[in-house]
Amino acid sequence: MTQTAQTIIEIIADKALLELGDLTTDTRLDALALDSLAMVELIFALEETFDISVPFNANDPGKDDFDLSSVGAIVQAVEGLVSQKAA
Amino acid sequence: MHRVVITGAGTINALGHDVPATIAAFAAGTGGIGALDIPDVDRLSIRVAGQVRDWTASEHFDLRGLSLYDRMTQFALWSARQAVAQSGLVFDEALGLQAGVILGTAVGGLGTIDDSYRAVYAEGKNRVHPLTVPRLMASAGVSHISMTYGLRGPAFSVSTACASSNHAMGLAFQMVRAGASPVMLTGGAEAMLTFGGLKAWEGLRVMAADACRPFSADRSGMVQGEGAAVFVFENHDHARARGAEILAEVVGFAMCSDSHDIVMPSVDGAVRAMRGALSDARLDPGQVDYINAHGTGTKANDVNESTAIRAVFGDAPPLVSSTKAAHGHIIGGTGAVEMLACLMALRDGVIAPTLGYRKPDPDCLLDVVPNTARRADVTVAMTNAFAFGGLNAVLVLRRM
Repeated sequence: MTQTAQTIIEIIADKALLELGDLTTDTRLDALALDSLAMVELIFALEETFDISVPFNANDPGKDDFDLSSVGAIVQAVEGLVSQKAA
Repeated sequence: MHRVVITGAGTINALGHDVPATIAAFAAGTGGIGALDIPDVDRLSIRVAGQVRDWTASEHFDLRGLSLYDRMTQFALWSARQAVAQSGLVFDEALGLQAGVILGTAVGGLGTIDDSYRAVYAEGKNRVHPLTVPRLMASAGVSHISMTYGLRGPAFSVSTACASSNHAMGLAFQMVRAGASPVMLTGGAEAMLTFGGLKAWEGLRVMAADACRPFSADRSGMVQGEGAAVFVFENHDHARARGAEILAEVVGFAMCSDSHDIVMPSVDGAVRAMRGALSDARLDPGQVDYINAHGTGTKANDVNESTAIRAVFGDAPPLVSSTKAAHGHIIGGTGAVEMLACLMALRDGVIAPTLGYRKPDPDCLLDVVPNTARRADVTVAMTNAFAFGGLNAVLVLRRM
């Protein structure tokens, strides 16, 4: 696991009020029961930590070009944005 | 208990600088939302808004006023000027002692706060404008209207987020009905199209990038507006005795709290507010001809409100529309501006359309008078406001 992935999982665990060990890359986000406020706080934490802009509209989560379906999907999407920034 | 009537109305919003321009835009289905024009707009991800255009404050206020009035207060005063002029009221010593003003505003003078923070934080200045405090007070608009017209009775501001002006008008209604005052100026004002204000809204991720589309399946959130509307609420006998033109009667009001969530609405709260207002007006659901919906264009509100309206009115509800796609969400001032759509429905028999509507959403009401105004015989109109934090306020009006 990359350091980026590790950090992302820590952030998700923090917002979901879970222990790190409770999450795997296969964990579905809807299983975490994040409410709408926790979702926007999660997105904000990812943006601030990695200095990226995540396309996300709470009126249509999932419709934006950013896969939030599982922990692994978020890791991949954030890593994609981070590498775009570096490019 | 006294009957309460409306004898004057004034406004400024993205559709126009007065009531006739606003009503004409409602009837024509013209929208006021467009490209946002404020400093640093290129650093915002949301760049559309229902902005008041071509407003030159120096044309309306003297130098003293210009240094004292935040944009919110300017809008409130300008609207009050129209409303008082239309009412024909002269506030002499006796009436002035009893008359008052209640306005809704969610935040107050945000432009003033924004400017002062920019000065000290961004520009490194060590002083701000000396009148920053009296400009930014949420109650500044109330005080300046009181001073302008010599209103020395009850005067205060109400802050309940997006329901502020409905709460304000509801309280004004109750005061006149109870005989506490023969005349109350009431409504609401908001001017938060500032860089800091919009940054705050961006953070919630509920803003549409292009357009507000209430009740449409492809809606993507709200669009901010700004402006004000102020009305003269008057004791019916007082208005009749002086031969005033009566625009409509205010017949019912209810407010309640969801006690549920700081941003997500509840069906129960919306249902109780609408039923409460009908009960207060001693009307049955079947007697309502038009509902001006809160209709923000967010996923959450529009489904919630549709469900609540069906619960109160059954599967064949009265005509419903949201004008937020025309003037934007004016936050604390929005209920007051939307009251104008109710006045148009009652007086002209024209329902303001829900602009931006493209695609039915089976979870929402299916006929929301999409995109084009419609003729209808309206005797009773209801106007809804369901604010963040679950604070609900609903008013009912009747044609005179």
